[in-house]
Amino acid sequence: MTPLSRPQMAWRAAQDIENGWCVNLGIGLPTIVSDHIPPGREIVFHSENGLLGMGPKPGPNEADPDLINAGKGLTTLITGGSFFHHADAFLMIRGGHLDLSIMGAFEVSERGDLANWTTEDPNFPPGVGGAMDLAVGAKRVRVLLEHTTKDGSPRIKVKCAYPLTAERCVSRIYTNLAVIDVTPEGLIVREIVDGLSFEELQQKTEAPLKLANDWRPLVAKPAH
Amino acid sequence: MINKQVASVAAALEGIRDGATILSAGFGAVGAPDDLLDGLLAMGVRELVVVSNNAGSGTRGLAALIDAGLVRKVICSFPRTDDPRAFDAAYKAGRIELELVPQGIISERMRAGAAGLGGFYSPVGVGTKLVDGKEEREIDGKRYVFEKPLRGDVALLRAHRADRWGNLAYRKSARNFNPVMAMAAELTVVQTKQLVELGDIDPECVHTPGIFVDRVVVV
Repeated sequence: MTPLSRPQMAWRAAQDIENGWCVNLGIGLPTIVSDHIPPGREIVFHSENGLLGMGPKPGPNEADPDLINAGKGLTTLITGGSFFHHADAFLMIRGGHLDLSIMGAFEVSERGDLANWTTEDPNFPPGVGGAMDLAVGAKRVRVLLEHTTKDGSPRIKVKCAYPLTAERCVSRIYTNLAVIDVTPEGLIVREIVDGLSFEELQQKTEAPLKLANDWRPLVAKPAH
Repeated sequence: MINKQVASVAAALEGIRDGATILSAGFGAVGAPDDLLDGLLAMGVRELVVVSNNAGSGTRGLAALIDAGLVRKVICSFPRTDDPRAFDAAYKAGRIELELVPQGIISERMRAGAAGLGGFYSPVGVGTKLVDGKEEREIDGKRYVFEKPLRGDVALLRAHRADRWGNLAYRKSARNFNPVMAMAAELTVVQTKQLVELGDIDPECVHTPGIFVDRVVVV
């Protein structure tokens, strides 16, 4: 069994983004989803700090210190893009104007509760950024996370142990082992990596899973 | 003649008192009024409450104010940046209070304050510990919490260009919190590198009309 690499997880999430969607990508792993959009789809990327039509990282001669993304890294604007102020950027988020938000997560619950803003580590001040606005406002919220913690504990739980970002907001979960939908009937497994059985996947997951009748192997490009 | 230009950073900050609530624009370092924040440090005003998306980076601007012990409380969405040493040290030592507010709620609370509204009901944070103690209400079957308006005694901004009436234009993602903070304070102070003639900023492209601006200083 070979779990997906982080770029492969981003690639898998990118395949489900439909032509014409306005999409916000969270900081960390979701940021690289934009590198894997299938050719021929025109996607408008939104950044909470006031951009629509965010492009790739700048080349050596394109860097502009006034043009950054949500993670505060340098970025670019594609033709057709626009700038606006923060209150409008979040009006777009909360008002249901974004088709999709993809965020990282510490934990997700079986009913789609999301925990991704604090581990309550007293050594680090908490930060919420735009996560709570995105979680309640985007038309769809999908998350990317490793299936288990480094010591093998499940991250997909009956109930989140970490403080919530929002209740019942996540509709699809991409992990390094599976693609899982959050539905009124519970968690439905759509795809599993080759060499891992449904029973083995369930052992790595605290919340009960159901296997979709039409489930498929989770096969991801790129190879690295 | 209307002329909002002042001669120095010190003149731009004149009258700011201990305990003031300062709206400090910027997202990370972009659009942040570092020269004005350095001016506050030189003035030595204390017990400040600073509203800013982040809590300073490196050793300049807001980080320097925090490091000097002049900030009592920060209201922000995401305190840590790539170099959060000043805030981290003050936080661990218990020298600074943190009020964490979701990013879109900070901006909307200031917009409500700017617009003369008494607050608004928001779905953000419902069911989380970040809204503990806030009034909850169901509207058309959906749960909301009440958010109060947020205003400052002073707003500190950075504009790309300004004129003597205080009309402002920003550049790219440096716009961020500047327009909403400009509208939400008793005293709005702007630093810019370019003071231009009236009319040089195309009226169609004025991002902040001069009515919201009190002082402009060229840095």
